[in-house]
Amino acid sequence: MNKLKKLSRIAALCVFLSASFAVQADEIQDANKLFKQGQHAQAMEKVNSVLASKPKDAQARFLKGLILTEQGDTANAIKTFTELTEDYPELPEPYNNLAVLYAGQGQYEKAKVALEMAIRTHPSYATAHENLGDIYAKMASQAYDRALQLDKSNASTQTKLAMIRDLFGSGAKSARPAKPTVPTLADNKPVAAPAPTVAPAPAVAPVAAPAAPKQAESATNPAAEVLNATQAWAAAWSAKDSKKYLAFYAKEFKTPGGESRSAWEGQRKERIAKPKSIRVEVRDAKVKLADPAHASVGFKQSYRASHLNTTSSKTLEWVKVDGQWLIVEERSGK
Amino acid sequence: MRNVASLLLLGSFALPALAETPSRDLELALAKSLQAVGNSRLDVALNEVDSLLKANPNFKLAQLVRGDLLLARSRPINDFGDAPNAPKDRVQDLREEANARLQRVQQQQPVAVPKYLWQLAPGQRHVVVVDTGKSTLYLFENVNGEPRYVADFYITQGKKGADKAAEGDQKTPLGVYFVNQHLSRDKLTDFYGSGAYPISYPNEWDKRLKRDGHGIWLHGTPSDTYSRPPLASNGCVVLSNDDLTHLGSHLQVGITPVIITRQMEWSDEADRNDRAALLKEIEQWRSDWSNLNTEAYLAHYARDFSSGSVDLPAFAQQKRLVNSGKSWIKVKLSNLSAFPYPNQPGLVVVNFEQDYESNNLSNRMLKRQYWMKRDGRWQIVYEGSA
Repeated sequence: MNKLKKLSRIAALCVFLSASFAVQADEIQDANKLFKQGQHAQAMEKVNSVLASKPKDAQARFLKGLILTEQGDTANAIKTFTELTEDYPELPEPYNNLAVLYAGQGQYEKAKVALEMAIRTHPSYATAHENLGDIYAKMASQAYDRALQLDKSNASTQTKLAMIRDLFGSGAKSARPAKPTVPTLADNKPVAAPAPTVAPAPAVAPVAAPAAPKQAESATNPAAEVLNATQAWAAAWSAKDSKKYLAFYAKEFKTPGGESRSAWEGQRKERIAKPKSIRVEVRDAKVKLADPAHASVGFKQSYRASHLNTTSSKTLEWVKVDGQWLIVEERSGK
Repeated sequence: MRNVASLLLLGSFALPALAETPSRDLELALAKSLQAVGNSRLDVALNEVDSLLKANPNFKLAQLVRGDLLLARSRPINDFGDAPNAPKDRVQDLREEANARLQRVQQQQPVAVPKYLWQLAPGQRHVVVVDTGKSTLYLFENVNGEPRYVADFYITQGKKGADKAAEGDQKTPLGVYFVNQHLSRDKLTDFYGSGAYPISYPNEWDKRLKRDGHGIWLHGTPSDTYSRPPLASNGCVVLSNDDLTHLGSHLQVGITPVIITRQMEWSDEADRNDRAALLKEIEQWRSDWSNLNTEAYLAHYARDFSSGSVDLPAFAQQKRLVNSGKSWIKVKLSNLSAFPYPNQPGLVVVNFEQDYESNNLSNRMLKRQYWMKRDGRWQIVYEGSA
């Protein structure tokens, strides 16, 4: 269970509402800084002062949940994250953290449900997927223990200790930028000139991502084509054009949760329709060509909707069918 | 995960309807789950196994299947019971239980009568037949002398299988036995579960063959264990606690036969002829005795007859002496039962109530005889009180 320590940190929420409440955001940033430095009591003080004037503030409450977790006040941390899921059901991070806390208590069934909620609100949320995998593995091991009478009656306690050890083990460690899915504030500014990167395998062709789609438009090589398709896919999404967006997915596309194609499409349509506006940007794209008809594109996806702003790593697997590039798999994380 | 079904050497299979007992439902649910695995419906398989575990969290085999199904969501699994660091022998035990239970599920409800039930006494309301080859205990009801199938249960036998011969050989005996006693839960340690029914091993035939050992019981399972693997006891026949309780309500101490065979044989035409011949011979024995036709009466006893303590010459001498002192005798037999011995062709255990009257002595007793067919003729090889 050592892997299940992926608490979502503050970042995604740090930009939440930050434009309209700059001063508050500053205070939250300070609190976050203190938190990352391990000064939990001071961080809590700041958070509480924000909450005194704005008791519903999502980022302050989120940070409070994290501080409580670090302080070992699991019950109140659970309470804090639970209330966040009630007030902001569209945010996956509180669900994820709730799951981590439940898992720490050995309440895997509850952890599983929370992660499923996180994924429902955000199907490409890699952390939740990873954590869910870990939860299944943990539940499996619990079942095996019962089946084979392995002497691990205190397995849940061990898990909890493992998590706490991780959180407190090294102060520096807990101050690390937590997850690829939760960038720091600075990351949210589009990077001007992405450096060309080299793919590790010599068999594949590394291609530097063009900063703007038009650079690839006239391209005739497959790598450029597939980059073009990736940009067009992001554009369709940004335009909230569900039909066009879904047309990028091949018939044999693997739905993330293994659900039926129609169920997945329904979910996507709903999610695309809901926000007033969506802006999806593809950055740092890297193309790996397996052959002229199969390509994998890894990139940083920045997603801004009216209510949510996230950046995550994403990989799209493309296949060329009848001259058209189509997506067969979409993965979050690297 | 596709491997789970194939490792159990199972393709798809039909699930026949069988007598309903709680354990049967459980077994069916388990089979459905494994069938779903075979059909690549892991979600269905997990639902099925989850719901059966809700009722019976101590069903270890189901926990193992659940472990595999959950792990398969996290990573590909390669083997049945793919737990890291799983003790191989325990996984193997559970795999054998899975096989035994799935074979049971595919069994049709018996329509024929086991060949071991030639005649039931009116007072024997039920009879138990254990087929160790199928890890199954069958319960039959006596309906006007005809055995009728009631239910069957998964059982555990000795670690080394069946055909007990010696103390400590960890085998389950094969033969015709009777329930001797009932020990309730409060008289037992948790290990025996909901109760125990000691049976009459070693019986007269076992003793004659110098088979020893003791303490062969039908009993339940510890409170943290729903069922045990097929080969796990020291010779006892172990049932899940619910099944033992269910079965126990039909057992009569001192009366209910428990016949244990390695491979069930069913009654057929030849069998019925044999039965008629034996019953006729028993009647002949009774009438020869009643008529004080002493030499004809003694001719029913085999050369190697033994009452356990007395051999044929001594027995014959004593009978001749007794009969010579009688002017008349009357012998009546009632409540006769006859159970052919499993794994020992031509041997039948006969029990009856003997009502003996004579000019100078009368008595009533329960008698047991072992009849053996030799050169086409039924003869008594053992006789004693039951």
